[in-house]
Amino acid sequence: MPHLLEVRDLVTRFYTEDGTVHAVNGISYTLDEGESLGIVGESGSGKTVGVLSLMGLIPDPPGRVERGEVFFADNDLLQLSADQLRAIRGREIAMIFQDPMTSLNPVLTVGYQIAEIMRPHLNLPREQIAERVIELMELVGIPNAASRRKDFPHQFSGGQRQRIMIAMSLACNPSVLIADEPTTALDVTIQAQIIDLVKRLSQQFGMATIWITHDLGVVAGLVNRVIVMYAGFIVETASVLDLYKETSHPYTLGLLQSIPSRHATIATDRLIPIEGAPPDLLREPVHCPFAPRCQYAVEHCWQENPPLQRVASNHYSACWRWQDVRAAGEHL
Amino acid sequence: MSEVTKEVLLEVRDLKKYFPIRRGLFRRQVGAIKAVDGVSFDIYQGETLGLVGESGGGKSTTGWTVIRDLEPTAGSVRFQGQDLSILAHDEMRRMRRHIQMIFQDPYASLNPRMTVGTIVSEPLEVHKIGTPNQRRARVQELLEIVGLNPGFINRYPHEFSGGQRQRIGIARALATNPTFVVADEPISALDVSIQAQVVNLLWDLKNEFGLTYLFIAHDLSMVRYISDRVAVMYLGRVVEMGPTEDVYSRSLHPYTQALVSAIPVADPEAEMTRQPIILEGDVPNPANPPHGCHFHPRCIYATEICRQDDPEFRNLGQTTEHWVACHHAEQNQGHTFGN
Repeated sequence: MPHLLEVRDLVTRFYTEDGTVHAVNGISYTLDEGESLGIVGESGSGKTVGVLSLMGLIPDPPGRVERGEVFFADNDLLQLSADQLRAIRGREIAMIFQDPMTSLNPVLTVGYQIAEIMRPHLNLPREQIAERVIELMELVGIPNAASRRKDFPHQFSGGQRQRIMIAMSLACNPSVLIADEPTTALDVTIQAQIIDLVKRLSQQFGMATIWITHDLGVVAGLVNRVIVMYAGFIVETASVLDLYKETSHPYTLGLLQSIPSRHATIATDRLIPIEGAPPDLLREPVHCPFAPRCQYAVEHCWQENPPLQRVASNHYSACWRWQDVRAAGEHL
Repeated sequence: MSEVTKEVLLEVRDLKKYFPIRRGLFRRQVGAIKAVDGVSFDIYQGETLGLVGESGGGKSTTGWTVIRDLEPTAGSVRFQGQDLSILAHDEMRRMRRHIQMIFQDPYASLNPRMTVGTIVSEPLEVHKIGTPNQRRARVQELLEIVGLNPGFINRYPHEFSGGQRQRIGIARALATNPTFVVADEPISALDVSIQAQVVNLLWDLKNEFGLTYLFIAHDLSMVRYISDRVAVMYLGRVVEMGPTEDVYSRSLHPYTQALVSAIPVADPEAEMTRQPIILEGDVPNPANPPHGCHFHPRCIYATEICRQDDPEFRNLGQTTEHWVACHHAEQNQGHTFGN
């Protein structure tokens, strides 16, 4: 079966006054129908730039998608015109972002903004659009939708604004939903509400979802497969269970060891942080990008950037010493 | 745990901080946001008290009011037996030698025009400690203590990463050899891999210098990991307080139970069985909190009494001090959610 979405060798750079930022350095992955994929990384890992690139949302200048192919419904998205891409974005591939306030227009009612998404994509009469807006708002759990659709974004709480963003993303029944840290700005109990909502709706409508997050806790219960990114590279990808149980990249292992397990206390189980600072993306990547912070680094790592290689069925790692890393992770 | 004694370092009693809401031409006060509404707790010498809750709960305002960066509306704060709330301004300033703060945002809290040396030595100058040469030596020593190259003394904040900036903030807080440090979300602006560095550093410093922490954070798993005791705030009040394991594993308040159940666990197998309690609705507006128990509109156990009366904050612990403000806490014991 062909993949729903296939990204091949995507490269995105930003040309700034300080130099060239190597944001995404040749990433490839696939997404299947109904699948739920997590992309995990810290700031500067390229996790967000990677998906903005395939959506045609990289501001040019300073950014440029240098290379790659993104296959979706028999099209290479990177070859489409701005208009063609706009027709797919929103209708076929929808996105929700971290901060709903910046994505919503403060001077338009939320009902208008949800309707606006549908108008160019679906050929519906006015009344039906209004009905659909109310239906969508009810679906995402906004009480009194019929009257509240006439309210402005600032009249809603942060959690409700995120619900409205979700309503907008669902408006055209997309087949892919990309959620870029949609719960990071929210409190724990509201985060639980939103995750529960997106999970339920994506199952209900058979949407494939891509969750972009820095939180290995959030994806553990949410996705089937995880991609871990560092410095614009995919460093490990595996099923969610294999990633946590058979960790095969030192960065993934480092992330897992940086978060406390449930019953640990600092007095008895000290965290093992990843030493050093985040990568400098202005440098042309030649060696393994993680080598400067890696306790497993050997000469080879400084000479040649390891490619993503198969370490088990459906499990890939970009590390020359993945076997040693896996052995070390086993007694976690 | 380290040297936690039963000696009370800080005693907070019925602390209130209201922010007036003013309207109209004459800025008449028409109401008040009760950010902190009658909070009482003790902090023991050498312990870490974690203060958790969601935004709008009042945890940061509590921290700022305790050290009188904000003037309390009512209540008392005793530090080593001395009532801080009645100190005159210059007396309070002298006292601030012993009470320091670490801030959330290492980008906003450091003056971009000052060198690291000036930033870190500022408290020494304010408190007139040492000669310029001694201060310089002290700054270099402090940079080394927090894991920065002492040679960086003449650099500016923008030359550092987020984690390094937080280390600069910590060095400044330690400059005057404080006994008590309020850390207000010290790691929440940092990447996961850097958070662990800073948490380990805070722990080492606590042991080395005998510090006592009030650790304010919304990251419940990190608070669980580093705190001896935890206080949970909701809409300006502490609703539950006790030893960390009691609060997390044997939560008595329905709000704490929901918070704890909502923590995602970085373990796919554990996640398969985790049943988060999904609370209905949002945190209400602190300018107009619900009558009676502030939590009742979102609480599945709420009954008539919860709508009428404020629950008393009482100790239900058997062998430990486990305080809770819930009318139905006895019935709710035993809801542990596999945590």
